Amino acid sequence: MRTISAAALTQTVARLCVRANTQLPPDVTAALSAARSTEPWPLAQSTLGLLEENLKAAAAQNLPICQDTGMACVFVELGQEVYIDGAFEEAIHAGVRQGYGEGFLRKSIVADPLRRGNTGDNTPAAITVHLVPGDRCTVTVAPKGFGSENMSRLAMLKPADGVEGVKRFVVETLRQAGSNPCPPTVLGIGIGGSFDKVAYLAKKALLRPLDQPHPDPFYADLEQELLAKINALGIGPQGFGGRTTCLGLAIETAPTHVAGLPVAVNVSCHVTRRATEVL
Amino acid sequence: MQYKLKTPVTQADLAPLRAGDTVLLSGTVYTARDAAHQRMMELLDAKKPLPFPVEGSAVYYVGPTPERPGEVIGSAGPTTSGRMDAYSPRLLDLGQAVMIGKGARNQAVKDAVVRNGAVYLAALGGAGALAARSVKALKIICWEDLGCEAVRELEVEDFPLTVILDAHGGDLYESGPADYLAHT
Repeated sequence: MRTISAAALTQTVARLCVRANTQLPPDVTAALSAARSTEPWPLAQSTLGLLEENLKAAAAQNLPICQDTGMACVFVELGQEVYIDGAFEEAIHAGVRQGYGEGFLRKSIVADPLRRGNTGDNTPAAITVHLVPGDRCTVTVAPKGFGSENMSRLAMLKPADGVEGVKRFVVETLRQAGSNPCPPTVLGIGIGGSFDKVAYLAKKALLRPLDQPHPDPFYADLEQELLAKINALGIGPQGFGGRTTCLGLAIETAPTHVAGLPVAVNVSCHVTRRATEVL
Repeated sequence: MQYKLKTPVTQADLAPLRAGDTVLLSGTVYTARDAAHQRMMELLDAKKPLPFPVEGSAVYYVGPTPERPGEVIGSAGPTTSGRMDAYSPRLLDLGQAVMIGKGARNQAVKDAVVRNGAVYLAALGGAGALAARSVKALKIICWEDLGCEAVRELEVEDFPLTVILDAHGGDLYESGPADYLAHT
């Protein structure tokens, strides 16, 4: 067994909360830049330019890229040969508390969905853990803003709806979302599994870098086809019109039941944040 | 067209604006989101005064990140305006002239904009660091318990905004995509 201290886990999470909120992953900045160079509509092109300028302003002024610094979604791949010398989940919450405090990030979490009191420190984190072989602990913090999260949708389609039904549902989700999720968007799409699993797959898909297509050519083609259909809607950056409605999307799938075809679309925006460290 | 406006504004100031125009806004802007709007409605129901003079006012739907010591404001981009649809017509009928946010509004808000000669302007969603550059002063004027949702009085200078809904029924979220699609 290899021991990792709970304190080290806390420090790592704190650091990742700040980094994720101030520096975009290189694949997202590259997608934004590529979209600007191929965008044919002048207003859309200049709007994309302003979004790139915002990234520079955030770096220059030591500010979060977006004021919605999100719900702290924390994904941990925990090696089976790792022993954490303290309370695992509490160590993560403590990291969120520390990172959102020290980083001057916004506290956006209410303790109760109906009675709405702010917890004041952005905890609790939304934690997902997977046990994996080995003695490492890989931590990813992916802060999620709710302007886009609120536009996400899930449907339990019929097997007869097939791939065309999935395409219709995804494109309709973006059409309905319109200007709300701060386009250009980034999409995580889950297909298969169960009601709860498909939502997780969609969230997990947002963690895949935009320059990595699905390893299965069938789904890689479907990703490209969906991207083209969404970018034919005309919504454009900020909903002002243009080609660039979506910067990129990823599909994750799982086996499902003979009677079902679950599909979920987790909508994210041009500020799709994730930062990873390996302990 | 680009217009320079200073708050408080009049119907005459806003009448020339058309969906798709840009505005550089200066003067006092009040921040309010969901929770502050809910409390403003409760004040109005109780026939009590609002926390700021509503006539000709501009309200920005924003919950900024905390300001670092020595800084005026943190990151300060717009939140989704549609969540304020339930409250906005009542405030527009009382004289609020400018709404600032991002995202689509419902028909009741569009009707109230036309009825009152108001406008709905968009700031760039997700570009909070750029928006912060336009804010020169910040003061919390009420409901500090709401944290990022407390009502703040901002002094802004040449805050770059885009006209979405104009007083003549124009809506950039409809006409912008339609124009693009007509040219492709």
